[in-house]
Amino acid sequence: MATVIIPTPLRKFTNQTARVQIEAGTIGEVIDQITLDFPELKKHLLDQQGGIRSFVNIFAGDEDIRDLQKENTPVNNSTIISIVPAIAGGSF
Amino acid sequence: MIVVESGPLSEMKTHALNTFPDECCGFLYGIEQTGGNRVITKILEVNNSKTGDKKRRFEISGKDYMLAEKFALENDVLLLGIYHSHPNHPAIPSEHDRVAALPYFSYVILSVKPGKIDHIRSWQLNEESQFEEEVFSPAHLNQPI
Repeated sequence: MATVIIPTPLRKFTNQTARVQIEAGTIGEVIDQITLDFPELKKHLLDQQGGIRSFVNIFAGDEDIRDLQKENTPVNNSTIISIVPAIAGGSF
Repeated sequence: MIVVESGPLSEMKTHALNTFPDECCGFLYGIEQTGGNRVITKILEVNNSKTGDKKRRFEISGKDYMLAEKFALENDVLLLGIYHSHPNHPAIPSEHDRVAALPYFSYVILSVKPGKIDHIRSWQLNEESQFEEEVFSPAHLNQPI
């Protein structure tokens, strides 16, 4: 099963679990399953059209899936998937 | 309440002054006490990866964020928030800060003027995704100098 690292701010939606094991073949399947297992994650990961929110980056290993095959990026038992919130801001 | 210990407070202020007039940014680590009070025991400076106007924008790369989470897991500390500076602006979060902000995190903002830290305030998102100020300690830094 692939391992998903949950970022600290979202752990209150995963019962404070930092690492979640998911049986899936692609990143898209991982997202589908994890939002089924932890429904409160959905609004933080997906936009209203069901796509990954622009403020959320998904990494497979060290690679941003936007540089791979996006939601179709394959995963296997050794894949470490990180949910990485975009951190940005500014004074005005 | 968020209490920043003297060591990380000093490092954060130095980072903001050395980065002026650009915005600096970094991570806050520490512990949560019963009742929700937070004590910041360590900071991690990171590069402002924003391309373009760093005088009024900051960005932390995905890779730096992953390293920050890894550091917390490996060192048994909590990643409690983000700090950044507002050069020549008050320590009040902007709309740019709000739209990208996350629940749970504390957002410490340092208002910097040439050669000095003017004041420091801290904010958290509420359930309506609006910022609310949290009590920052040491409190004498809350007000403009």
